[in-house]
Amino acid sequence: MQYMLLIYGDERVWTKLPPGQLNSMYADYMKYSQALVDAGVMRGGSELKPTSAATTVRVRNGKVTTVDGPFAETKEQLGGYYVIEVPNLEKALEWAAKCPGALTGSMEVRPLPDRTKS
Amino acid sequence: MLDRLIDEVFRRESGRVLAALIRTCGDFELAEDALQEACARAASRWPKDGLPERPGAWLTTVARRCAVDLVRRRRSSTLAVSELASETAVAAEPEEDPAAISGVEDDRLRLLFTCCHPALAQPAQVALALRTLCGLSTREIARAFVEPESTAAQRLVRAKRKIRDAAIPYEIPRPDVFPQRLEAVLSVVYLVFNEGYASTEQQGLLRPDLCAEAIRLGRLLVELLPQEPEARGLLALMLLHDARREARLGPDGVLVPLEEQDRTRWDAAAIGEGTALLDEAVASRRPGPYQLQAAVAALHAGAPRAEDTDWQQIAVLYGALLRFLPTPVVELNAAVALAMAEGPEQGLAWMDLLSTREELSGYHLLPAARADLLRRAGRLSEARAAYAAALALVRNPAERRYLERRLLSLG
Repeated sequence: MQYMLLIYGDERVWTKLPPGQLNSMYADYMKYSQALVDAGVMRGGSELKPTSAATTVRVRNGKVTTVDGPFAETKEQLGGYYVIEVPNLEKALEWAAKCPGALTGSMEVRPLPDRTKS
Repeated sequence: MLDRLIDEVFRRESGRVLAALIRTCGDFELAEDALQEACARAASRWPKDGLPERPGAWLTTVARRCAVDLVRRRRSSTLAVSELASETAVAAEPEEDPAAISGVEDDRLRLLFTCCHPALAQPAQVALALRTLCGLSTREIARAFVEPESTAAQRLVRAKRKIRDAAIPYEIPRPDVFPQRLEAVLSVVYLVFNEGYASTEQQGLLRPDLCAEAIRLGRLLVELLPQEPEARGLLALMLLHDARREARLGPDGVLVPLEEQDRTRWDAAAIGEGTALLDEAVASRRPGPYQLQAAVAALHAGAPRAEDTDWQQIAVLYGALLRFLPTPVVELNAAVALAMAEGPEQGLAWMDLLSTREELSGYHLLPAARADLLRRAGRLSEARAAYAAALALVRNPAERRYLERRLLSLG
């Protein structure tokens, strides 16, 4: 079963991190990603650029509206994601708890539909 | 007569049968549908043919066949690989007495942990546990929690869907999360008990059922987890509280406070069992909040008269409980115990501190407890004001009548 681990956090905090701390955060993520690869569960993932780089698009009555910024104003923003493949939610939660993002922000664990099933 | 007997069988067997079914077909919803179907067949067959010798085995066998039928029927509309796999599993399983299958107890334990998984909201955990392990119908759950049947039904459907969609596993948690998960299971059971014991609405006739169901679940936990002192502590706590049930309400439906209760009406057998369980739990020297609360209840239960109560010891126990549960409600109880042990003024000073904090505003037991201590201290006009404050917040009718009576008695 595949799960997406969505990493939410306050991006204002980490955009202001001093370089030393930022580097150690990246090192932590590298280590985490490697652990996922070593366990054979990694199916993909990426960091996202901050929401200041985001654009939201909607089509209503055939008219395209494009606006600056993410869809919702929230305290925590989506900062990155992983897709992992594990047998069940228990394992997914175990991996989510190990993600560096869980220490400062929160992790949303969302199952992906199984395309081999109806 | 037979109907009641059949109901009793369903209730006794359903948890066991369902737990085994889920293991063999690996699908919570399918297992439940199959069991429901089997129960429906039993309800039409048994009155004619008589009760089978081993009703649990009958239900398991028929439910397995129903599961296979259900998979076949579903397959004709949508071809699902996993369902085919589960059909093979169901068909391959030999038909046997569920009690004879090794690991049956583990099945029920797995089911309990699945129902109380933290990925489900607590009301859903409670409803699922009552439904699957206690065999309560959706209607019974709705009545017990004073909500429309559609609400209860929807909550169960959503919970089962989440178990399926998010793949909440059917397993006993791994050691590193086990203590946390056990805590969730215990708190679900205690929540069911409290819902029955201290109901906030006037549904007195239905609520004792919930206490009985919680005690059943508590017994199951002790049976399945004999090494866990907190499981024993919880069962002891519930038995010791439940022992006082008869004496707790006066004939007029007014709540009778502990010190005025007719102690001859306490259930001596339940007190004996609860105390013995507590002794066993304490012997393991792994204290916990349920054991401590049970120890307080045991001290009350062991006092022949209210004035014999060992308040010194109770105050010590609440002090220990505060380390596990540093909540304002526990603090309030600790303050009451201190007042009873050392005199009302000591307790009042603590309560004054408590009332400056936000958490207990709106909680009627704080002014009620203050009123009681002020009354004992002879500060009557302050006591009257505190009773009035408690009355403005109380919701339970039996407690309301008790507070009104107290206020009146002050003149």
